[in-house]
Amino acid sequence: MNKLMTCIECPKGCRLTLEPDGSHVLRVSGHKCPKGELYAKQEFENPLRILTTSVLAEGLTLKMIPVKTSQPIPKAKLLEAMEQIRRIKVQCPVNLGEVIQANFGNFGVDLVATRSAQKPKVS
Amino acid sequence: MRSRELVIVGGGPAGLAAALAAHEHGIRDILLLERDQCLGGILNQCIHPGFGLHYFKETLTGPEYAERFIQRVLAIPEIEISLRSFAVKLDSKKTLTYLTPGKLETLSARAVIMATGCRERTREMIHIPGTRPAGIFPAGLAQKMINLEGWLPGREIVIVGSGDIGLIMARRLTLEGARVKAVIEIQKESRGLVRNVTQCLEDFNIPLYLRHRIVKIHGRNRVEKIEAAEVNDELLEIPGSRFEMACDTLLVSVGLIPENELIEMAGAEIDPATNTPKTESLNHTSIPGLFTCGNAFKIYDLADGVTKDSLLAGQQAAEFIRSAS
Repeated sequence: MNKLMTCIECPKGCRLTLEPDGSHVLRVSGHKCPKGELYAKQEFENPLRILTTSVLAEGLTLKMIPVKTSQPIPKAKLLEAMEQIRRIKVQCPVNLGEVIQANFGNFGVDLVATRSAQKPKVS
Repeated sequence: MRSRELVIVGGGPAGLAAALAAHEHGIRDILLLERDQCLGGILNQCIHPGFGLHYFKETLTGPEYAERFIQRVLAIPEIEISLRSFAVKLDSKKTLTYLTPGKLETLSARAVIMATGCRERTREMIHIPGTRPAGIFPAGLAQKMINLEGWLPGREIVIVGSGDIGLIMARRLTLEGARVKAVIEIQKESRGLVRNVTQCLEDFNIPLYLRHRIVKIHGRNRVEKIEAAEVNDELLEIPGSRFEMACDTLLVSVGLIPENELIEMAGAEIDPATNTPKTESLNHTSIPGLFTCGNAFKIYDLADGVTKDSLLAGQQAAEFIRSAS
C-alpha cells in the first residue's frame, strides 16, 4: 500500500509517494530534489520538526525572545517541549545564536535564541 | 528644507535590501525611515522557520533573516537610519514629511523608495453578519500579540481564511496551549503553501473546512460561537448545511492590502482593485523617481522574493539619480 505525503522542506511542497516495506521505505517518487527523498524516509520512520517559539524575558529590550531548537526534535514531543519552555525566564542579555538552555529537555538539542536582547539603556 | 539623494520609507526586508543595493550602486546619501523602534519590520514577529532558502540556501527564522540584513546596513555609515519616524506626507516633487519624536521634519529627495509593506484585510471587508464582540483579530495582529508581547488572545479558536498567516497561527496557538477548532476556507483549496497545510494543520489534526464560510458571529461582550455553512460553486450557502461551533476567538486571515496611501497622495496612479501602483515595470510608479518595492508593490509569498526584487529597486533608484544629475 503506497503512502502519500507533502514534502515540507521548501515552499514547492512536492507530493511524495512512498512504497513502504514494514517500517522501512523501499522507494520514494515525486520529489524534485534529494531533500525530498530524505524527508520522506525520515517522516515515515521518525517524523522530526524544528520547534520555534518564544520565551519570556525580564528586564531586557524584548518582552519575548524568539527561540528554536538547534536540531529537529520528534514531532510527537512538540507539546511536551512547550511545557518545559513555558517555565523558562531569561534575565541576562542574549545574542542571536546564543544557547538559552543546553541539552534542552533531554532531547539532545539546545534551545537557541534567534534574536538578540540587551539590557535597556538608562537615559 | 534639507535635501537628500535617496529616502527609503520602511525598514523591513524590502527597505533594507533597497538601501543595501542603492549603496552598492554608488549612492552615498541614504536616509532610511522606520516607524518602529527597531529595524526588521514584520520579520520580527515571524519567528517560524522557512525564510532564506532561496537567498541564503538555508532555512532561517524571520528574526534571523532580518538580522543578516540589519547587520549589513548598520555597517554602512552612508545609510542613515531614523527610527520612530513615520512618513505622513509626500508630493509629486518628492517632498516628504515625517513625524519623529518631538518634531515634524520635511525634506526633499531626488528619489524615494516606498517600502511600506501591507496591512491585513479585516472582518468588515468579508461581511460576516452578527454581533461585534471582543475576540475577533486579524491573524497577523494575533501573531504580534503572542510572539512579541507574550499575550494569548484566546483559548478556543476558529480561523477564517487559510492564508499562510492563518495556517502559521493555527500551529502557533496550538503550541501555546489554545485549542484551534477549525480553519474555514471559502475556496476549494487552501490559499497558503501546501507545506503549511501539512506542518501547521495536519501535524496537529486541525480540521480544514474547504468550501465553507462563516455566516454569523454570536456573542455579547466576547465571541461565544460562530455559525458556518458549506457553499456551492457560486460561493452561496447550501441550505441545510449550517452548523455551530463554540469559540472565544476568531482569527481573520483573508488577505493583505499593499500600503500605498502616500504614493496616492503624491499623485501616482493606483489600481483600486489591488491598491498597488499602476505600472508596467517592477517597482515603478507613474511618478519618475518614486519607487515602491516589497509588499507595497505586490503581495509576495516569500520574504526571499521581496529581497530579490527590492535589491533591484535600490539599483533602479541609483540609476535614476545618476541619470537625472
